[in-house]
Amino acid sequence: MSIKVSNITKTYGDFVALDNVSVDLPTGQLTALLGPSGGGKSTLLRIIAGLESADTGQVNIEGTEATHLPPQKRNVGFVFQHYAAFKHMSVAKNIAFGLEIRKRSKDEIAQRVDELLELVHLSQFATRLPSQLSGGQRQRMALARALAVEPTVLLLDEPFGALDAKVRKELREWLRRLHDEVNVTTVFVTHDQEEALEVADEIVVINEGRIEQIGTPDELYDAPANDFVMSFLGPTTLIDGKLYRPHDIEVFTHPGIAGSLPARIVRELRVGFEVRLTVELLDAAHEEITVTVTRATQRSLGLRDGIDVWLSPTHGAVPSMGAVV
Amino acid sequence: MLVLIPLAAVLITAADGGWGAFWDTVTSVQTASALRLTVGEALIVTVINVVMGTALAWVLVRDRFFGKRALDVVIDVPFALPTIVAGLVLLSLYGPKSPINVNVANTRTAVFLAIAFVTLPFVVRTTQPVLEALERDVEEAAASLGATRLTTFRRVILPALVPAIAAGAALSFARAISEYGSLVLLSGNLPNRTEVASVRMLSYLENGDQAGAASVAAILLVVALLVIVGLDLLQRRMARRGE
Amino acid sequence: MASEASRLREPLGVRIALRVVTIGYVFALVAVPTALVFKNAFSDGAGAFFDALKDPSVTHAFNLTIEITVISVLINLVFGLTMALLLVRYEFPGKRVLSALIDVPLSISPVVVGLALVLVYNGRTGWFGPTLESWGLRIIFSTPGMVMATVFVALPLVIRELVPVLSELGDDQEWAARSLGANGPQTFWRITLPGIKWALVYGVVLSLARSLGEFGAIKVVSGNIVGQTQTATLVVEQKYEGFDQTSAYAVAAVLAAAAMLCLVIVSILRPKEDSE
Repeated sequence: MSIKVSNITKTYGDFVALDNVSVDLPTGQLTALLGPSGGGKSTLLRIIAGLESADTGQVNIEGTEATHLPPQKRNVGFVFQHYAAFKHMSVAKNIAFGLEIRKRSKDEIAQRVDELLELVHLSQFATRLPSQLSGGQRQRMALARALAVEPTVLLLDEPFGALDAKVRKELREWLRRLHDEVNVTTVFVTHDQEEALEVADEIVVINEGRIEQIGTPDELYDAPANDFVMSFLGPTTLIDGKLYRPHDIEVFTHPGIAGSLPARIVRELRVGFEVRLTVELLDAAHEEITVTVTRATQRSLGLRDGIDVWLSPTHGAVPSMGAVV
Repeated sequence: MLVLIPLAAVLITAADGGWGAFWDTVTSVQTASALRLTVGEALIVTVINVVMGTALAWVLVRDRFFGKRALDVVIDVPFALPTIVAGLVLLSLYGPKSPINVNVANTRTAVFLAIAFVTLPFVVRTTQPVLEALERDVEEAAASLGATRLTTFRRVILPALVPAIAAGAALSFARAISEYGSLVLLSGNLPNRTEVASVRMLSYLENGDQAGAASVAAILLVVALLVIVGLDLLQRRMARRGE
Repeated sequence: MASEASRLREPLGVRIALRVVTIGYVFALVAVPTALVFKNAFSDGAGAFFDALKDPSVTHAFNLTIEITVISVLINLVFGLTMALLLVRYEFPGKRVLSALIDVPLSISPVVVGLALVLVYNGRTGWFGPTLESWGLRIIFSTPGMVMATVFVALPLVIRELVPVLSELGDDQEWAARSLGANGPQTFWRITLPGIKWALVYGVVLSLARSLGEFGAIKVVSGNIVGQTQTATLVVEQKYEGFDQTSAYAVAAVLAAAAMLCLVIVSILRPKEDSE
């Protein structure tokens, strides 16, 4: 086990940021800490890096007891949401910083900086100042700077949070490829479930200072431990007190399927290839349910406002079994 | 216009008597030594202000202790206090009736004290807001890359503060060479010993020698300009060099 | 919150050393001497203090100081506001030069300021002086010259406070007001002025303090005639050099108190300005 966090508690005054958290993050993996803002995931990352100290509990990095080590001695690479670039240094100087601190020879530093510039595709920007780079380029520079010292673990705090949607998508695919290439144990914090599902080997869902679930993206998506995890990982809709994914509900234009519920379409909204239908159950409570179908299904069944339909959860759909949130 | 015409008048009057008269004035023993004293003391005080001002800004921004707000207000006292009162203020602690028996009145130390007093706020007030705006994550990044606090300060924080410190130093130097009010009572204005340029200027004026006064004024203007431009250049070079 | 809890703090020893050195420096240089002035002012008892202030030459000097200060502050208020608006809202050739010149009075000697005014306006050899004098207007050695000197040294204070606030405010709101049908003066009174009022007050208080305390420039242009053109700061010098220390300290204490009052007002205003 590469990073072992045991029984960490951290409070700020009355606010409990982390409540007795324990987790093991395996060597060589790319792990996401996923959860809503203020849920404690960044605090956990900063405690691993030594930028904050926990009230109680231990941190062990690659077999070394690190709880009381200062950040300088942990050999941890840290990437910040807002880049934390050294503004007065060129890109190359930024990347060389950690190596210069470690008093490596000039030749070695120059060679390593070249390699890293290559790795993050910034070779032609070596002499520029950070202010002359775009946000995505700055974050790649920050990543190279963190990787330069060959850290035991790489920690990223909302690394793509300050970037616009398109760059964010490009960078997270690139991060995944980079990780496969460099293979350093990596932990990143995000509040974007899509980012976590797409990039991570394993996801730790954190909410209100506690760990809700740990698992691979598939495990989390297919078998959420509770309603919180289910609703945080994607859209949900409620039928009979159970949560379903809107695309896991089948729509029929005729009755006859055992257990299907009669309903009427009250609104339709088309977003790209998918169509979101708001459907009202024709029972006493007139519950509204959201169902997502593809454009093709909508066409072939002729689904539109005002027509009557019958709903049935898709075979194999897994409802959340937890208490209703 | 209110500003420009009078200043032009100073330069023109200084040049009125020709280069020879100007040169004779500023190289006369008494004037030359007043100019040397003024510039020398101003340089020393500016260096001290750079160190103390940066330290004060640091303490005000990064430290937390009882009475910090009071300290913040006290630093502005030299700005607000009339200069003649500032002279009297220093005399009351460091003058002939000093309660701690330190009498530096009529010495060069007094000149130093007066200038240090009136220029205290400059570096603090230019550096403080920059230090406040400095992002903590940059320091955290340096730490996680292995830099000690001292290295982080020297290589990451200080370069970010240099422009502000230089600006404060320039203001402080300009003010130091032009100081008059606080020195009148404190320095004794002894020719060749504690007489500064402003006092020398006034005595030219009181003797009806306007050209002489204007010559000294012109020198002061040029020196102030040189230092301000010099520090501006230094600041730009620091920004470019990336160290 | 996070930064306080951050482990990146200086070791306690370093912090305390810095604290002690800086506070010690400020105390020895500023706080203790300033406090002593008040003590010395009352060293012969409150009676002597008030007697010193009742001296006719002292009362006259205070009146003159107040008169000059009020006029100068008003001029600076109007002039500073206009200049600041000009610098922020309008483009014109020479704007950069003008904005660089604004700071000049802060970095040149008050004696040079006085000298410059004397050279231009003195009644015998000045550039404009003789002409103005022939119209019966005496500048040097009288109140107009002293007001000019005071305006000169305090001018940048109002402008420097206003310019950053005005540029941060932007002109969106003004354009919005115009588009809703407000005319120029209405826009100014109802939109621009409320936006900058704290910066304006702040600048005025600063220039008030500066005007009250001006010494060098005033000394040069006033001629320092007792009972006529002698201001409060000039009285301090004259009394001290005339070995009337009680009076000197009494007047100094009053001036210092006024300066402190300005400081306190400013420090109360500052957070308000931030939160708005």
